[in-house]
Amino acid sequence: MLILTTVLTTGALTLTACGSRDDGKKSSASDTQTVVIGVDAPITGDLSALGLGIKNSADLAAKTANKNKTVPGIKFVVKPLDDQAQPSVGQQNAQKFIDDDTVLGVVGPLNSGVSQSMQKPLNDASLTQVSPANTGTELTQGENWKTGDKKRPFKTYFRTATTDQIQGAFAAKYLYNDAKIKQVYLIDDQKPYGAGLAASFKATFTGLGGKITGTDHVNPDDRDFNAVVTKVKKSGAKAVYYGGEYPAGAPLSQQLKDSVQIPLMGGDGMYSADFIKLNKKAQGDIATSVGKPVEELDSAKSFIANYKTAGYKDAYEAYGGGTYDATWSIIEAVKIAVAANNGKLPDDARAKVLDAMSKVKFDGVTGPVSFDEFGDTTNTMMTAYQVDGGKWASKLSEAYKP
Amino acid sequence: MHELPQQLANGLILGAMYGLIAIGYTMVYGIIQLINFAHGEIFMIGGFGALTVYLWMPAGANLLAIIPLMIIGGVICSVAISTAAERFAYRPLRGAPRLAPLITAIGLSLALQQAIWKWYPDAKKDRSFPQFKGEAIDIFGAHIQRGDLFVLITAPICMIALGLFVSKTRAGRGMQATSQDPDTAKLMGINTDRIIVMAFAIGAAFAAVAAVAYGLKNGQIGFKMGFIMGLKAFTAAVLGGIGNIYGAMLGGVVLGIAESLATGYMSDVPGMELFGGGAWKDVWAFVLLIIVLLLRPQGLLGERVADRA
Repeated sequence: MLILTTVLTTGALTLTACGSRDDGKKSSASDTQTVVIGVDAPITGDLSALGLGIKNSADLAAKTANKNKTVPGIKFVVKPLDDQAQPSVGQQNAQKFIDDDTVLGVVGPLNSGVSQSMQKPLNDASLTQVSPANTGTELTQGENWKTGDKKRPFKTYFRTATTDQIQGAFAAKYLYNDAKIKQVYLIDDQKPYGAGLAASFKATFTGLGGKITGTDHVNPDDRDFNAVVTKVKKSGAKAVYYGGEYPAGAPLSQQLKDSVQIPLMGGDGMYSADFIKLNKKAQGDIATSVGKPVEELDSAKSFIANYKTAGYKDAYEAYGGGTYDATWSIIEAVKIAVAANNGKLPDDARAKVLDAMSKVKFDGVTGPVSFDEFGDTTNTMMTAYQVDGGKWASKLSEAYKP
Repeated sequence: MHELPQQLANGLILGAMYGLIAIGYTMVYGIIQLINFAHGEIFMIGGFGALTVYLWMPAGANLLAIIPLMIIGGVICSVAISTAAERFAYRPLRGAPRLAPLITAIGLSLALQQAIWKWYPDAKKDRSFPQFKGEAIDIFGAHIQRGDLFVLITAPICMIALGLFVSKTRAGRGMQATSQDPDTAKLMGINTDRIIVMAFAIGAAFAAVAAVAYGLKNGQIGFKMGFIMGLKAFTAAVLGGIGNIYGAMLGGVVLGIAESLATGYMSDVPGMELFGGGAWKDVWAFVLLIIVLLLRPQGLLGERVADRA
């Protein structure tokens, strides 16, 4: 085991040799110091489209900061690592970031499950992490958030995406007040994301006076939901809320439409173009997602233009704007830390950057960015979308206050 | 209880699909006592073969007209992979301890999954599969989708054809003889190698038909779909009495209906409120398997064989 660790560490050090050399220059009082921002995302595999969007958007933020000399004397470099959407790989990546002294912040990952494995090592190393996409509420508010006992587990963890607690509540409110549907059947896939979403939906929906006509759980690898659909039909529900992701959501929606004409509603795990591609009867289905569609935001205009100019091969996808803001928040924190140290990186740069995170405040791509006492974004903008004519059309955006 | 016909129909359709795949398990086991765990992936590859044919067809072609071509495409892919697996992965191990080919089968299953994941375009996520348009048809108070009719029609046809083949043709009788006693069959001039290849090929062809049914029903196929379906079909084969081709179909249908009813009604049974959901249906399927095996170790239609019981 020791040998393995040694080999891995040596490998990691060799890989990061370039960074170390820059680091060496620091003492020679040259004018620019290099700060590396780690990016962890699934760059290959099922979710690579989203991952590549994250990688490129972070890169764009670093380049923009260098070009505008946002932090005088500091050059930002992005170091992307692939987590393949797997917690174990994410943890190894976290270790690689920790071992590289020039890394002062980590952007990512995409999946809440991967974050769970990265939080602790990064926290032990006082290395700031900002995720653009995690919505799992327990990541910032602890395991017991459902009972109201909120406790922040890791001081180094921040995010620019809002939580499932807010997402589920917003979904319930939209369905009850705007779509005027009062009877809902609740299904989830029993994974942390799906179950958390369903729980928060249920609390708000029943609170508003809506009726849950029945609940069920399904297996996310299953593709035949007819038995459950028959139960939904019997219950007389007017819609189904599904806590889960689109691979199972698509056949569920279709089998639902085959049997009874009611819409399926889900969260950002369902808000994907693939959901419509896989489901020929998606018309009328509803999903919520975090933030506002960046195309509708004035603050995002220059981001979209710059992204195009930079000539990235892949689209910025759902989390591009949030990633840019996540990366920028680290840049801002570095700026604060450097300004407090006479324009030089302080010796305990990681701790100073972490301290500065609570003071970060700027107008980002997705709107005003700052973090609350849990590390959650104070921007709780949510959007409801509905499938219309083969694509998601935005219906309602609002900053949701629980 | 007015949704009972619907739940029974749901179960029957699912079960017919399990049964079609189970035939591949049961025939191979009946002849060489190998549990071919890669059979679920043979099923999956049949689906991708059919999808490939569909993608070659001009856009807007009538699905009903190209379905036979899709089935042929799926069958060719499944049979090719299955017989190649027999030739290169299992035949060299014939005569080795039974555990060796079993482990090979599991390895092959993973390799095939990864191969599709890696090399089939866009197979890293689920691919959408063509579907029949049109409304559901009402039969005895149950809504049957157009796509589901496919499996309800093809499954019995496949069964009858297989039954006739095994009992009426020379090759079929050779198959029966090989399954009873391979060595004596060989002495009687039966080419047992060819019989074994045939068993793999027939099982693969049926799995490909099941895969087309799966695609038409769910509107999507994915590289992971063989695992769960293969496991369920294997369960169906054991439930019906492994080695017995009618048992495979019966086991599939019993399993499918049990799953549907458990999802639909288990939560109505007093004291079982927590165990009724769709996520529990796999649990009830295996509980059923254990009960049947406790009472009838040879399975529903299996024969008690002294040295194997």
